[in-house]
Amino acid sequence: MTSTIEAPRSPYTRSSKKSSVNWEKWGWIYMRVSGVVLIVLIFGHLFVNLMVGEGVNALNFAFVAGKLSSPFWMVWDVLMLWLALIHGGNGMRTLVNDYATSRISRGILKIAILVSVVALIVLGTLVVFTFDPCPAGAPADLVASFCKTL
Amino acid sequence: MSTATIDQKPAVPEEIKSFTVTLIVRRFNPEVDEEPHWQDFDVQLYPTDRVLDALHKIKWEQDGSLTFRRSCAHGICGSDAMRINGRNRLACKTLMKDLDVTKPIYVEAIKGLPLEKDLIVDMEPFFDSFKEVQPFLVAKSTPVDGKERQQSVAQRARFDDTTKCILCAACTSSCPVFWTDGQYFGPAAIVNAHRFIFDSRDENAAVRLDILNDKEGVWRCRTTFNCTDACPRGIQVTQAIAEVKQAIMRGKA
Repeated sequence: MTSTIEAPRSPYTRSSKKSSVNWEKWGWIYMRVSGVVLIVLIFGHLFVNLMVGEGVNALNFAFVAGKLSSPFWMVWDVLMLWLALIHGGNGMRTLVNDYATSRISRGILKIAILVSVVALIVLGTLVVFTFDPCPAGAPADLVASFCKTL
Repeated sequence: MSTATIDQKPAVPEEIKSFTVTLIVRRFNPEVDEEPHWQDFDVQLYPTDRVLDALHKIKWEQDGSLTFRRSCAHGICGSDAMRINGRNRLACKTLMKDLDVTKPIYVEAIKGLPLEKDLIVDMEPFFDSFKEVQPFLVAKSTPVDGKERQQSVAQRARFDDTTKCILCAACTSSCPVFWTDGQYFGPAAIVNAHRFIFDSRDENAAVRLDILNDKEGVWRCRTTFNCTDACPRGIQVTQAIAEVKQAIMRGKA
């Protein structure tokens, strides 16, 4: 009896070991999705800060403190922070992959990008969630109006 | 009876003027040179002459050692892709009248592939990527009437654009990702995969999509459109790559 053996569905490709998660694919999808979301987040942020009401003149410590005490803006800012930093970090990673020729310089640059992205994300998230809008002893004309009632 | 005389002289076509063009060619002789160097040539040309004619004039009348590939000289064989004034073009399809001849014309070999001599590069890495995407029809089933696999006009039109590829490597060697990472499949291989992935007669689309889903596959494309600009056949290369990306995300062609 003769039988034909089917060719394997995937022949050997240049990367011999295949990881189960295709990071390049998900990285590409992440760039597209986060890009669209960031357009809304960043332009919404700029519109509210610079154009609504008094416009850019309203910007001071009290304005920012007021925004960072509202759960809506906390979520908005944290989303913007995470999405933008990972988006930028991944973009820098692809640039390094494209233009750093030696293995060592590529590794150093990518680790530097990772460290700075992680540091900025941790610091930024910490600021957003632990921010005290009414520091003790601050003059009343510099802090948000609701501090008096506290 | 009067004799007919010619009042007017027959119209003589206006003489087409030739002009001197300076070509600066990047020369490299591996037996003598350590590094490639630029050499300039003055050539007398007509506006209807092509860059290939200029190279012929140099090779036949000035310097026989100038080395370049060409076969059909009519934009079909894809042998004479080169970088002309910084853009990848076929020398046989680039007319003098379309270039600014008041300035020198820079001609060099395409980038990203090993330079062998003058305008000749080693095309093997390019063809290796091409071979890896299985650029041939795979159909194990028997056709309906046992003779031929029929296709509607719409099914044929789906991949018509990518059938035009002549494998000149102008697109792949214009790609900045390919310049720095020769492991990347490159636009030409993806175009030729696209030609079969979207062919209704072909049965191996899933395998080709698997191959191109690789770390060095379609995801390395940055949509810079250099390839679309470089293609001498006018193939919408970047669009074809985007269609393959979509097909990988959907999991089928």
